[in-house]
Amino acid sequence: MPGGRKGLLMSAIKTTTEIFEEAATREGSQRFVLSLFVAGLTPRSLKAIENAKELCEQYLKGRYELEIIDVYQQPELAREAQVIAAPTLVKHLPLPLQRFIGDLSDPEPILIRLAVKNES
Amino acid sequence: MSKELSKTRTGVSGLDEITGGGLPQGRPTLICGGPGSGKTLFGMEFLVRGARDFGENGVFMSFEERDTDLVQNFASLGFEIDGLIAAEKLAIDYVHIERSEILETGEFDLEGLFVRLGFAIDSVGAKRVVLDTIEALFSGIPNEGILRAELRRLFRWLKEKGVTTVITGEQGSGSLTRHGIEEYVSDCVILLDHRMIEQVATRRLRIVKYRGTSHGTNEYPFLIDEDGFSVLPITSLGLTHKADNERVPTGISRLDTMLGGKGYFRGSSILVTGTAGTGKSSLAAHLAKSTCERGERCLYLAFEESESQIIRNMKSIGIDLQPYVEKELLLFHNVRPTVFGLEMHLVIMSKLVEKFSPSVVVIDPISNLISIGNQGEVKSILTRFVDSMKLKGITAFFTCLISGSKDVDETEVGVSSLMDTWISVQTIETNGERNRVLYVIKSRGMAHSNQVREFILSSKGVQLTDVYVGPAGVLTGSARIAQESRDRQAEREYRERIDGKKREFETRKLAAEAQIAQIRSAAGTGKGTGKFYRRGRRKKAVAERTADRSGSPEAC
Repeated sequence: MPGGRKGLLMSAIKTTTEIFEEAATREGSQRFVLSLFVAGLTPRSLKAIENAKELCEQYLKGRYELEIIDVYQQPELAREAQVIAAPTLVKHLPLPLQRFIGDLSDPEPILIRLAVKNES
Repeated sequence: MSKELSKTRTGVSGLDEITGGGLPQGRPTLICGGPGSGKTLFGMEFLVRGARDFGENGVFMSFEERDTDLVQNFASLGFEIDGLIAAEKLAIDYVHIERSEILETGEFDLEGLFVRLGFAIDSVGAKRVVLDTIEALFSGIPNEGILRAELRRLFRWLKEKGVTTVITGEQGSGSLTRHGIEEYVSDCVILLDHRMIEQVATRRLRIVKYRGTSHGTNEYPFLIDEDGFSVLPITSLGLTHKADNERVPTGISRLDTMLGGKGYFRGSSILVTGTAGTGKSSLAAHLAKSTCERGERCLYLAFEESESQIIRNMKSIGIDLQPYVEKELLLFHNVRPTVFGLEMHLVIMSKLVEKFSPSVVVIDPISNLISIGNQGEVKSILTRFVDSMKLKGITAFFTCLISGSKDVDETEVGVSSLMDTWISVQTIETNGERNRVLYVIKSRGMAHSNQVREFILSSKGVQLTDVYVGPAGVLTGSARIAQESRDRQAEREYRERIDGKKREFETRKLAAEAQIAQIRSAAGTGKGTGKFYRRGRRKKAVAERTADRSGSPEAC
């Protein structure tokens, strides 16, 4: 878990974004490891799952792993991943780790963070 | 319903008394205070005591400190948290929130937190939950509207679960907590305060509200030490103590005699005042020794001297306290008054009394406390201390230094009216020497001597002797000894004069008797003749005259 990163926040994101932009345009094969934590099969959860799948298919086709976890079934995983909100999409890779909370109905910030917007 | 009144004991000493049994059972309690006021410690102690002493397991959800740090930090307080975790009596969940990692992308709730908490509660079968400090969520969750709604839901959910929850919150300016979470926790709010008064830290606790029950409303001093948290409700004392008729010998037999022959009352308060070097501590040492000799315990709180210094000094007047220290009948607590605030002294003293359960407590001297508070504060502290000692039936012995310029009937801290027995030791300076004298100024409820006694510190301890009272006034010391020997001389001379006179009369009496006998025998030979009769009469008259002069009428 990255702990002492606060001070480097802005620069870290910026550089990483730049790296990703470069990497994405150059190779187009950066792998994304994502986990989506939902709480039961509520309408909100279903919407989040749908949105996540759509997002991945649209922008990260062929280079992502998406795992969907129900926190009711596996609460210890929620603890390990430090999840507090539901739904939460955790981007494990590429670094830095990022948590997108909400049902992903607003994809804009995700795309900026995933550094894939330019690609589309 | 009875549920409204049932309470969960915290096990924190003193707090359960103020709250009338503990925190509201199955409800959340908010503990707020500034940084370093002991919120986390309170929470952890609540759980540890619950698991250890009351068989109630707990969950500690930390939003600030890592679980490993918590275990380490509390190990120094004697809380074996890892042991409790291993025994599945305690669960710690560290919730790490990194604002930079979090991005809002639509509707969400905090179900993840609920699930984790629920999972932790179920894993140990918890009855107690601590959330420390839940306000960290406000800096981590971007949408405050959702967060507030979720917090409200969280507290309701905890209530439904029936777990007794302690929520800690950082104190804000002008409000109890920085983010106003007190509005969600309406059952019980406790405020911890840590303030500096004249560079001395003082911790206080106040119950801001406690719905559905009566509670102490004052600010109570509390202490954080190696045993954790302790609150001492020493402000809520009344004059309800029972008076004991039993007596406690003073350790000095003449002083016992002055106090109605038996000494102090058990559970009474005794004040000894005097200027420097008048022997106040020696009186204290006598009491300590006699207490320990009876196999009772004595707590000696010294504000001026170290333990070994007192023991050494008292040896010089023949009082050996060392064996009693070794037998753990005598406990010294030596500390400079300036180390803590007054409240803290009171708390520490009370805690020691609680732990050691002595039958006599000596404070030597109380006048030193004035250096850390004004007269009113010191008086209030001592009043509470005296009251708490009386309630416990402990005899309290105070010494107080008074400056030479002051009136003897006045103490600097103004506590004499609190005391049951007041002894004053003074020095009288005459003919180039200082002599100690002792008065019993008052002693409630017993016949006591109104006379002054000379107070001598010898190698056999304190000895009291009568002072010389005569035509030359009250004399002490060598003046008394000189006057006494003069008196003895005068008496001897007087007796010798009397004896001389007696001897003289004796001789005269014998002479007169001899004469009478002679006359009688002469009269016996000339019986019947008028001539001799007349002569005899004349002789008899002479004899009578002689007898009158010598003052012995039986001569006739």
